[in-house]
Amino acid sequence: MTGTIILQQLINGISLGSLYGLVAIGYTMVYGILRLINFAHGDLLMLATYLAIYLVGIFALPWYVGFPLAMLSTGLMGIVLDRCAYKPLRDAPRISLLISAIGASFLLENLAIVIIGGIPKGFPRPEVFDHVITILDLRIQVLTLYTPVITIALLFGLLFIVYRTKVGKAMRAASKDFEATRLMGINLDRIIATTFFLGSFLAAAGGIMWAMKYPQVNPFMGVFPGLKAFIAAVLGGIGNIVGAVIGGFLLGLGEILIVAFFPEVSQYKDAFAFIILILVLLFRPTGIMGEPIIDKT
Amino acid sequence: MNNARVKLLLNLASIGLLFLILYLFSRYGTEYQIRILNNMAVFITLAVSYNLVNGICGILHLGPNAFITIGAYTSALLTMSAAEKQMTYIIVPLVWPLNVLHAPFVVSLLAGGLMATLFAFLISFPVFRVRGDYLAIVTLGFGEVIRVLANALQGVTNGPLGLKGLLPYTNLWWSWGVAVVTIIAITKLINSSHGRAMKAIREDEVAARAMGVDPFKHLLLAFLISAFFSGVAGGLLAHLITTISPTLFTFFLTFNLLIIIVVGGLGSTTGAVLGAALFAWGGEALRIVERPMDFGLFKIPGIPGMRMVIFSIILMLVIIFARRGIMGRAEFSWDWLLARLGRSEKG
Repeated sequence: MTGTIILQQLINGISLGSLYGLVAIGYTMVYGILRLINFAHGDLLMLATYLAIYLVGIFALPWYVGFPLAMLSTGLMGIVLDRCAYKPLRDAPRISLLISAIGASFLLENLAIVIIGGIPKGFPRPEVFDHVITILDLRIQVLTLYTPVITIALLFGLLFIVYRTKVGKAMRAASKDFEATRLMGINLDRIIATTFFLGSFLAAAGGIMWAMKYPQVNPFMGVFPGLKAFIAAVLGGIGNIVGAVIGGFLLGLGEILIVAFFPEVSQYKDAFAFIILILVLLFRPTGIMGEPIIDKT
Repeated sequence: MNNARVKLLLNLASIGLLFLILYLFSRYGTEYQIRILNNMAVFITLAVSYNLVNGICGILHLGPNAFITIGAYTSALLTMSAAEKQMTYIIVPLVWPLNVLHAPFVVSLLAGGLMATLFAFLISFPVFRVRGDYLAIVTLGFGEVIRVLANALQGVTNGPLGLKGLLPYTNLWWSWGVAVVTIIAITKLINSSHGRAMKAIREDEVAARAMGVDPFKHLLLAFLISAFFSGVAGGLLAHLITTISPTLFTFFLTFNLLIIIVVGGLGSTTGAVLGAALFAWGGEALRIVERPMDFGLFKIPGIPGMRMVIFSIILMLVIIFARRGIMGRAEFSWDWLLARLGRSEKG
């Protein structure tokens, strides 16, 4: 294996990993506050790609208008999801909340089948992301280079919101203690809604880039990125935003490199992430960056 | 006669009645009715064993599809004849000794159950290290790993092509016989001291531990027994549909079981039975929404996927507005029925 190929695979891995990272942020933020795996998170990603297809393909908006619009609408969908599926269950046992999340996930997938149809659709890839450049014998699609850059930019934006604004402060408070947060006069429902908005917004960004990378969009496309992003969030330390992105990078790199070095195990690629998950839970349940989770029951 | 003997007689009588009804169906029922009844029995077995872990122990286990897969493949591999196997495994030949092993149906069902139990035992150590959402995602991951393996290990499972042409051994007697045995065995377990320990763990694990209940031991027991019956049901399912492939046993199957036990009432065996029966019947009845409909004035073309939309909405409505489901945690009992009958006679 030559140096060029290794470099190529490294770049691919970082690019895939940054997508996992973007989606993982949403999981980690919701988990941090509600202690809930938002099973429908991956399906919001799917929704975002369809919205992008319709806005850009049918309403013929330019991509720099259509994509952000799709991301904003997905963020709002995240709030709607919370209102319908999770808010009525705030005081219910956790198992009910999880079942509701699974139900919401199946509902979104099957609604997409009913409304849009199960046949995969192509994704309109804008010119800007499409061309291939050559650096030192490496032929790279520009999208592969843009993806980590966009991810890092979005991450810094999010970190600014979480650590430098009042809303962010309230979000951090809510992830420590609900009651105390409420006593400080903070509207908890608004904070949770903001969390869902931000998480879904970032998942939409991840989804749109995912669809540009693998331009086959179908109603179940969100399932695997969703599961793997959740694993990335656990790997990085659930509840920790930077950890989620690091976990995403590691998982993406690991997946690509394993397939690159051991092509004979490529069939088992999808099992790799789950084995990582089991190992993390066995040996370091708090993940790489994580602190012990406070049990909020 | 004392109370216990009356109940035993009533139990035997109702089993007798059930088998009489089954006999009538097997003589005079249509093929369609028999298929629904078979499905119903398999789903009852699956739901009752799934409810043991999710409802009684109160942990969200999302991997029964893995155990069903293991049971189905084990059982199918044992009943297929050597010649059939050679014809089926075109791409990669079946590994020794599976290519020569052959067993009667009943042995294959037991082997399927035991194989599922073995796998359950192997994964129980990482699984029960964690609780709550993590346990859910680990078991879900196990289901996915088994599916990936079923696709990849072509020398054992024949890969994505699956196994075809299994003999339709599963009839009403087998499916309902297994269902009845499962219900009796699991009810006995729930009413034993082990069952009470499991419920104690569900209510408060720390308190249960303080009372000297070992959570790992009891959760493991429930998990293994549940896996055994899921494996047996997998074998029944394989010989009912006669064609199995990895796509048959996705998370979708687990989702259906989850709907059944939530609608029936998490933690109630009676609820699981009712939920399974409703699901098997309702699933068929709801097929009309996916068919083209003709209202005379206007026509609606068939909408694939509509059934699942309805199921998902039912699941969410039940969990949000009627968390107890049909039965809550209550069970059917003769005392209750006799008291009701007595009251209506007087009134």
